[in-house]
Amino acid sequence: MNAIKFLAAAYIATWLIHGTYLTTLVGRFQRVRRELAELGKSGQRRM
Amino acid sequence: MKRGFIILSVITACLLAYAGYQALVVAPTERTMGDVQRIFYYHVPSAWTAFLLFFINFVASVQFLASAKPSRQAVAKWIVIAIAIIGVIAAFLPAVQEQLKSTGMRPSALATTVLMLPVFYFLIGKWFPGQRLDMLAVTAAEVGVVFCTVVLVTGPIWARPVWGIWWATGDIRLTSTLVLWLIYVSYLVLRRFSNSAQTQMLAAALAVFGALDVPLVYFSIWFFRTQHPQPVIGGGGSIDPRMLHILLINWVSFLCFAFLVCWARFRLELLRRQVEDEYAMESLGEAASTGARASLPLKRNAS
Repeated sequence: MNAIKFLAAAYIATWLIHGTYLTTLVGRFQRVRRELAELGKSGQRRM
Repeated sequence: MKRGFIILSVITACLLAYAGYQALVVAPTERTMGDVQRIFYYHVPSAWTAFLLFFINFVASVQFLASAKPSRQAVAKWIVIAIAIIGVIAAFLPAVQEQLKSTGMRPSALATTVLMLPVFYFLIGKWFPGQRLDMLAVTAAEVGVVFCTVVLVTGPIWARPVWGIWWATGDIRLTSTLVLWLIYVSYLVLRRFSNSAQTQMLAAALAVFGALDVPLVYFSIWFFRTQHPQPVIGGGGSIDPRMLHILLINWVSFLCFAFLVCWARFRLELLRRQVEDEYAMESLGEAASTGARASLPLKRNAS
């Protein structure tokens, strides 16, 4: 029973680490895309 | 491009699910450790993937440093070729074989590891020219740190019920892995917070020195007395063929996952640099228009 608890903890920790990283990656993508769109708009206004 | 990414995502998800099922349900239970040994199917492939990513970071950094001058590029190329030739020949010399025998390591394992250097060096140089080398280096380092974190977290979780302690202080395998993680975290911190024009070069130089720790971590269990279990591939340890088969399935699935994450991270880096370029163009445009306005009265005066 104890072994199963450690096994579950390791598997949960693994996917928690990957999940957290993927979430930050998605957030950074959204921020960069927003910045690109804003830059595009400001470029159009200047023209 | 997007379609390829989606197809690979689906394949990777299926592979990870299959590999997880194999590791948790199908794999035979280890006699002494019991179910807790199944952590090994995530811990070991994560470590191998992290090593591979740090190795890619190293090769990309060397290429980036060498790309500054054509003469440096030629020298680096011949050094890589020389290392590969000397390494392969040395692995099969009787004196070295004798030395390797005492550690349990197979000469072919050493030769294969050394041969990876020119293979990766030329492939990366061909596929990632110029600034893309730096982008590949930062991508590999960041994803490598994530996988290394998994190794450092799952290791102690396995060690607690098996060794009775979370961390064996002073153990060379554990300490060198922690140092490796710290080096690459400092590499990422340097890239994140330094605004100097030399950041890319400094980071590449740090990566080259940091990579020296990878062989130390990799070979430490052969060359030093350590509490860490012996390697399952390349000699030194033994493993049930069914376990080895499942371990390799898990590694392939983790490699696919790492490739997918690297793909996304590389794309993010491309977009981020596009934003930087746009900002630079915008400020150049503003500076030019301000300069034009400032020079207008001068022109009038001159006329």
